[in-house]
Amino acid sequence: MNRASNDIISSAVRSAASTNPTPGSPVTTAHGASGEDILKRPVMFDIQDVTVSYNGVPAVRDIDFDVHDRTITALIGPSGCGKSTLIRCLNRTNDLIPSARVDGRVLFHEQDLYAAEVDAVEVRKRIGMVFQKPNPFPKSIYDNIAFGPRVIGRKGNLDDVVERALTRAALWDEVKDRLKTNAFGMSGGQQQRLCIARALATEPEVLLMDEPCSALDPISTARIEDLMIELKDDMSIVIVTHNMQQAARVSDMTAFFTVELDEGERNRTGRMVEYDATERVFTTPSDKRTEAYVTGKVG
Amino acid sequence: MTTHASRTADATARAAGAATRERLGSQPAGDRVRGLLFQIVVFSAALIAIAGLIALIVQAAAKGWPRLNSDLLTNQPSSQAEEGGFQSAIFGTLLIMAGVIVTVVPLGIGTAIYLEEFADNTRWYNRLIEVNIQNLAAVPSIVYGILGLGIIVRGPLNLGFVAYAGSLTLSLLVLPTVILACRETLRAVPSSIREAALALGATRWQTTRRQVLPAAIPGMVTGVILALSRAIGETAPLLLVGATVFVTFNPDGPFEGSYTALPVAIFNYVARPQEEFRILAAAGIIVLLGVLLVMNSFAIWLRNRYATRW
Amino acid sequence: MASRESAAGSPVAPVRRPLTAARPRYGEKVIIGLLGFCGLISVAVTVGIVAALVGPTIDFFEEVSLGEFLSTQEWAPTFSDPSFGVFNIVAGSLNVTLWAIVTGIPMGLGAAVYLSEYASERVRRIVKPTLEVLAGVPTVAFGFFALTFITPLIRDVWPAFLGDPPGIFSAGAAGIVLGLMVVPIVASISDDAMRAVPHALREGAYALGGTRMQVATRVVVPGALSGIVASFVLGISRAIGETMVVLIAAGNSPKLTLNPAESIQTMTAFIATTATGDVGFGTITYKTLFAVGALLFLITLAMNLLSIRLVRRYREIYE
Repeated sequence: MNRASNDIISSAVRSAASTNPTPGSPVTTAHGASGEDILKRPVMFDIQDVTVSYNGVPAVRDIDFDVHDRTITALIGPSGCGKSTLIRCLNRTNDLIPSARVDGRVLFHEQDLYAAEVDAVEVRKRIGMVFQKPNPFPKSIYDNIAFGPRVIGRKGNLDDVVERALTRAALWDEVKDRLKTNAFGMSGGQQQRLCIARALATEPEVLLMDEPCSALDPISTARIEDLMIELKDDMSIVIVTHNMQQAARVSDMTAFFTVELDEGERNRTGRMVEYDATERVFTTPSDKRTEAYVTGKVG
Repeated sequence: MTTHASRTADATARAAGAATRERLGSQPAGDRVRGLLFQIVVFSAALIAIAGLIALIVQAAAKGWPRLNSDLLTNQPSSQAEEGGFQSAIFGTLLIMAGVIVTVVPLGIGTAIYLEEFADNTRWYNRLIEVNIQNLAAVPSIVYGILGLGIIVRGPLNLGFVAYAGSLTLSLLVLPTVILACRETLRAVPSSIREAALALGATRWQTTRRQVLPAAIPGMVTGVILALSRAIGETAPLLLVGATVFVTFNPDGPFEGSYTALPVAIFNYVARPQEEFRILAAAGIIVLLGVLLVMNSFAIWLRNRYATRW
Repeated sequence: MASRESAAGSPVAPVRRPLTAARPRYGEKVIIGLLGFCGLISVAVTVGIVAALVGPTIDFFEEVSLGEFLSTQEWAPTFSDPSFGVFNIVAGSLNVTLWAIVTGIPMGLGAAVYLSEYASERVRRIVKPTLEVLAGVPTVAFGFFALTFITPLIRDVWPAFLGDPPGIFSAGAAGIVLGLMVVPIVASISDDAMRAVPHALREGAYALGGTRMQVATRVVVPGALSGIVASFVLGISRAIGETMVVLIAAGNSPKLTLNPAESIQTMTAFIATTATGDVGFGTITYKTLFAVGALLFLITLAMNLLSIRLVRRYREIYE
């Protein structure tokens, strides 16, 4: 164990936890809730033995964990371990890839998302997604936000919906005077917050974020991280991130994934190694592989 | 004090320097001449081609200039060259083009949307459609005329020698081009836009209609106009579906009556040996080229002004 | 259905929508069906071409043997004592195409090499669109050009030792203008193919001391060969299938010759001339039209497939 890097991470977690009014309580995360508290919150996703294959080759295997309400869950791990593949199962985005096949069950509020009668379009109305590279529509800021509610069927004046979404995304003050200008004119960080606002406009219960800050500068990243912590009070967030420090900063629960070679040494498959409260994953991980990754030895 | 060794070293260095200078100096003369000749040859190739184009335009303009006046529009074709005009042909071309637009725009855009947005490429029938379109683009225009003669004018559709038969034939001729052009514009829309729309809970058609199509429309219009400009100049297929009769009156409508078209009328005049008819033909060519110039410029202006820049 | 609470503690209205669709999306399905139907039209066109050709062609061969058709007998199907040696008009097409190849392909390839390897960006911006304009000129205008400019030109400069100058109609005049028509096809596609050759290859050759000519001829052209050859095949296919230029300038006398000074008749000119004449439905002349059309279709189809195969075989993958 590399004591130096381990110490850095744990001190990051601990200093963030120093706002905790009761020091000395058991394992705490930065945001005041304890690991046990989190596990008591309602389960949003119950992921059961999920395996995703492309053209018959499994990309990620036997994933099993729960995602809780009002929680930020981080999926971390080296490149190619299937984090993005898994998160795309949660709103059936993998349906867009013809060669993809999902085995196992993904229960959302106890209903299997992949059951035959479930409509993927309805699923995506309740589970929002933000992508790695900001992808606003080539329309005005207003129309970007209004698109979601309109396709859901909301008619009439959408001004307050737009204002609310932009406020929640901490973007309202910056753009309230130029709602009709083209979204392409914004900076990268603003565009990503616009994408978040756009996803929020449909009032989803879960927000999936696939490396939302990897294309952004540190200042924009910090703002979005603050945003996530605020949003957490209303919804559940699942975030895939390459940035361990980010996971340590914002998340309550962390799932660590890794890549394994199969028996024939031909295919790489992702597996989940450990899933626990963030503080525990980063300071006292149960698995050696987790330890190696979070201390920077591998990956 | 210079020693024998250092003198040898100096000499060696000088010799090496001289050898390098000789090598790095100018190329052998033979190479240079060959290189220059080659450059002249390829430049001339481009130049001759352009000169050919200029000669074509200038010659037609010079020859037809005397007859370039409003008589062309007001007069009907006539066996008297001084009275000849193009009125029936111009009306015919307009009527035919209207028919082409009405036919090819929905079919071409619809097929392009289907192939790009909805078709699963792993299915054999979708691949068949794609290969088909590529092959159709290489079929000679006169074969489309035969198709028109065998199936549209006679055969199952049995429309007879009417303007819409010409429209339909030309539509099928330019359909592959329209489909290819529209597919390109659809492909230019990044898939991240579609992903974003779908992630918000839009259906495939909602995504296509509200996000992809609006962004692709300018490019599609440009592609359609360019395809139409090809159709306007086509003569051979029309010859086979009835635009051959020496028509001296304007067409009654798309589905009845004889008709002709501008390039066909030009051909009729060219085929006559008398110089006056040649002049008339040249005037017709100027009109045709002028129309094409306007259409193409408009299409390109449209693309530059309205195309979404990603 | 638990109500969700915001941070302030006040309940937010539950927004629990069912996960199944409210109703099966019929509208969506109808639209996809309509679009798919459009796709079928393209298949219908191909079927239509084949169907239009096949029927009368079979009828034709019931009256005329394949041997007679593919012979070098005289081509005179409209005469009262008809004769059906199709090679006369095939030779006409080949004659014209040959001269189109001789003039158009070197010009097109040369222009492409110039555009890709020698021209500056400014020059390119002018020259390339100009060549595209050449592609947009209507064929009837090219025919006129051939008859009224090229033919007199040939007659004027015809060297005496070659015998009598060509008449008003000649395969050569049509062939030269066809070559001009083919130039944009060859130039455009070859230029694209050559520009697709990665710059790194050129740099490597220059670094080894290659001259521009050597790099162009020994690195770039071989590297773009599949595209270049495909452009040749497409250009040739275009020349074979062209009607108006040959109809106006090459004449209407079927002859078995490759002499450019002769007036000949191509397959396409035969079809056009015959169809615009008095053709009774179902007569042998009518059927001959379709038989020749079928032959033309097969030839160009074969060339198209050949070009696709060539591209696939020689394609260098640069990704």
